[in-house]
Amino acid sequence: MDESLKELGEHIAASLENEVTGTDVAFGELTVMARAEQIKKVLKFLRDDPACRFSTLIDVCGADYPGRAKRFDVVYHLLSLHQNQRVRVKVRADEETPVPSVIDIFPSANWYERETFDMYGVMFSDHPDLRRLLTDYGFTGHPLRKDFPLTGYVEVRYDEEQKRVVYEPVQLTQEFRNFDTLSPWEGAKYILPNEDGADSEAES
Amino acid sequence: MGVNDQTGGAAVPQNLVHARPDDPFTSMVSDGLADHGYVLARADDLITWARTGSLMWLTFGLACCAMEMMQAAMPRYDMERFGFAPRGTPRHSDVIIVAGTLTNKMAPAIRKIYDQMPEPRYVISMGSCANGGGYYHYSYSVVRGVDRILPVDVYVPGCPPTAEALLYGIMQLQKRIRRTGSIKR
Repeated sequence: MDESLKELGEHIAASLENEVTGTDVAFGELTVMARAEQIKKVLKFLRDDPACRFSTLIDVCGADYPGRAKRFDVVYHLLSLHQNQRVRVKVRADEETPVPSVIDIFPSANWYERETFDMYGVMFSDHPDLRRLLTDYGFTGHPLRKDFPLTGYVEVRYDEEQKRVVYEPVQLTQEFRNFDTLSPWEGAKYILPNEDGADSEAES
Repeated sequence: MGVNDQTGGAAVPQNLVHARPDDPFTSMVSDGLADHGYVLARADDLITWARTGSLMWLTFGLACCAMEMMQAAMPRYDMERFGFAPRGTPRHSDVIIVAGTLTNKMAPAIRKIYDQMPEPRYVISMGSCANGGGYYHYSYSVVRGVDRILPVDVYVPGCPPTAEALLYGIMQLQKRIRRTGSIKR
């Protein structure tokens, strides 16, 4: 399985020398890194090439790496029913530069790209209707960005005098507490008794 | 046993005595009428009996709790034997069962649906998410309890509550209607 994926990755990289920046096989899955401005050409090749025939677009999604200059990944998952293979294509994006929309190659990308725009704020050029998809009407911010606060900015309540649902700034009666001190991304800011932090400080 | 000793003779609450008059005259009239095929009852009792026995509930399944709500309506638990029948439109319903996570985007819609229901109307909040946000309490997109939007009568705890728990909640609502029921609308 890994051998055929490796061969497929080499075939893709050889055919698209200027568009693909690298391939990687990990955990039995093939990942192709590509240049964002060439994504249409890459996906068209993957769809039409007789050795690939990735005719099904499974998913388009994003990923946020706040430390990078081009902080977002846009990830395309493709399935080839003909070859019984899957491939993942990654391109990098930032908040301003749009990624070309792939709707004319895979029409199903329409709502996926809207969702990616909604959740991460990645722009897609030539998208016919790049509106928010999932979040509330009039929502501000992009919730899956790492710098978006978990609880957001507004909460709703029915106002008996105005006879409608009103938006107010979030007021939590109890702050969110993160008990996962072992998380490499966001351990707790305070030290719990009898946890790693407290003990190691006392010993050292 | 200890409770009985303390309360003694005053165990029967005053309002219960008032609600069910058991004086010799009423029973005499009632017995007399029974021979001719009539029954004597208080109007309030009759009305609350009718009302608790024909509650039409509006399905408002928002998440996994809806599965248990459906299960309670299916033949195994069969809510209709309590006169609790499903209804597809708010304009025909007395009760709304909010089963699941209420999001900010859904909040104006659920209020609009509730406003269409005729009085008297009741709300059953089913499951942790509807009761107080539950698992999604700190989320940016979830209402922290349906009671921020609607006046809730019965909270059914659980994640999701079992069909029995929902059934118990419904019986609690019927008990509540029986106690506080009035002709006034």
